[in-house]
Amino acid sequence: MADSLLAIGGLHCGYGSTEVLRGVDLAVGPGEIVAVLGSNGTGKSTLNRTISGVMRASHGSIRFDGIAIGRERPSAIVERGLIHVPEGRRIFPDLSVRENLDLGSYRRARPRRASNRDRVLSIFPRLAERQGQRAGTLSGGEQQMLAIGRGLMAEPRLLILDEPSLGLSPLLVEELFTLIKTINAEGIALLLVEQNVVQSLEVAERAYILDNGLFVLEGSASEIRNNPNLKRAYLGM
Amino acid sequence: MWSPVILVPAILNGLMTGAVYALIALGLTLIYGVLHIINFAHGALLTAAMFAAFFAHQWLGIDPYLAAVGLTPLFFLLGYGLQRFVIGPAAHGEDRNILLVTLGLAVVTENALLYVFRADTRTINLPYAFDTIEIGTAFLAVPRVIAFAVVIAVALALWLIMRFTDTGKAIRAVAKEKFGAELCGIDVAHIYAVTFGLGTACLAIAACLLLPTYYVNPTAGNAFVLIAFTIVVLGGMGSVSGALAGGLFVGVVESLSGLYLGESLGQIGIFVMFILVLLFRPSGLFGERT
Ligand SMILES: Nc1ncnc2c1ncn2[C@@H]1O[C@H](COP(=O)(O)OP(=O)(O)O)[C@@H](O)[C@H]1O
Ligand SMILES: [Mg+2]
Repeated sequence: MADSLLAIGGLHCGYGSTEVLRGVDLAVGPGEIVAVLGSNGTGKSTLNRTISGVMRASHGSIRFDGIAIGRERPSAIVERGLIHVPEGRRIFPDLSVRENLDLGSYRRARPRRASNRDRVLSIFPRLAERQGQRAGTLSGGEQQMLAIGRGLMAEPRLLILDEPSLGLSPLLVEELFTLIKTINAEGIALLLVEQNVVQSLEVAERAYILDNGLFVLEGSASEIRNNPNLKRAYLGM
Repeated sequence: MWSPVILVPAILNGLMTGAVYALIALGLTLIYGVLHIINFAHGALLTAAMFAAFFAHQWLGIDPYLAAVGLTPLFFLLGYGLQRFVIGPAAHGEDRNILLVTLGLAVVTENALLYVFRADTRTINLPYAFDTIEIGTAFLAVPRVIAFAVVIAVALALWLIMRFTDTGKAIRAVAKEKFGAELCGIDVAHIYAVTFGLGTACLAIAACLLLPTYYVNPTAGNAFVLIAFTIVVLGGMGSVSGALAGGLFVGVVESLSGLYLGESLGQIGIFVMFILVLLFRPSGLFGERT
């Protein structure tokens, strides 16, 4: 896709001599929600870390907005508006909720920090009540909201969410997927990495199935939803 | 012996000495808390700062307190550069290597100083060095009162930086969550270097506060860093407020043991206490959390 916001081609990446990604192609269009699905240990988080510049690919290209970012540092990639909300939240436990949000705009959208904070806190009223509290004392669900809120503080153009529903109660998972649609409605493209297949395919326009370091299938969400063999083979359902 | 006429001045003097200990410990604990390394070059850098202040006075006639204004930013840059371009790259991300690099740095610095300046002990003469201020029944040396006030001001400034600036928040963020910080666009190598720079800048201030009443030779900094290390453990490794409280406390312990055990045994009190704390409260006397 020539006009993709994010375009990845022939990506190889690994740890030491073990190759985890073995030639991955992926595209996310502007304003699109794309899901990456696959069971544990197939390399989804490795893919995210490589996109955000924390890990280096051994081969392949990553383009954001048509510009090669594969050699850029994480801070430069953040500056472009490619924001990664990692698996496991990775919030700052000793800092207050408010300070966590503020650091979301450390590199980008700094002048609009106050107004963006108001907006994020209106999306997450539970965080608004706990602004001065140490982030480490929040519940798991609240920490996930804080992690997403911190990501939104940078005014992302593309937001990568790595397993945001992990460890959340069914009710919160429901809320989360509603939130994903709300974020997307503002024009933010999303790369959604999930093990929650059913709900991810409901919000995503397209999806990729990752297995053993390769995309074994890509297609529209409905195509993938209606493919029973595929579900059994790769998604364990 | 226990009369307040003797006790109060001893405690006040202890607090004054302890303030400079606290400042040296502050730099050490800051670096430990963020980079998770013990900076073995801390003593050598303090010695270097003392020589810098000494020669600023000797050659240029600059008063040590005035020299601090220039030496503090200079040593910040020195610390920044050391971490960014020497310690960081040489360590390849391994803590064990960082330890060896800072140790190597200490040996090189110390020997360079020894080669250039010999083992001679030098002091400077200042007109106000023996001036005293009377507070109640206590006579306090002016340089010590100045040192105390400056350290409190520096600690306050550091607290404000950590609390209210983006760089300060980033330092606290990196201390506990490096990966999350990187994903916020925080340049971890830069923040490490800033932290090391702040720790080194503390030494420049400490050196300028010590010089009016203390001597300098190529190993002068080591005695202070040994005490500072004790303070860092007492205060809880990585705790800035713990370092401040611990420093003042150790100053008082030293002063009181000097009073009751004799001048030459003053520091023994510190190390006896250190061992007791390690035995009974390994997380530190003022340790917040571990
Ligand atoms: N830091 C690491 N060092 C070495 N191997 C790793 C590291 N992180 C992940 N791996 C390995 O890479 C593979 C993919 O991991 P990951 O990308 O986390 O998968 P997923 O996110 O799909 O669960 C796994 O086999 C995992 O054991
Ligand atoms: Mg993962």
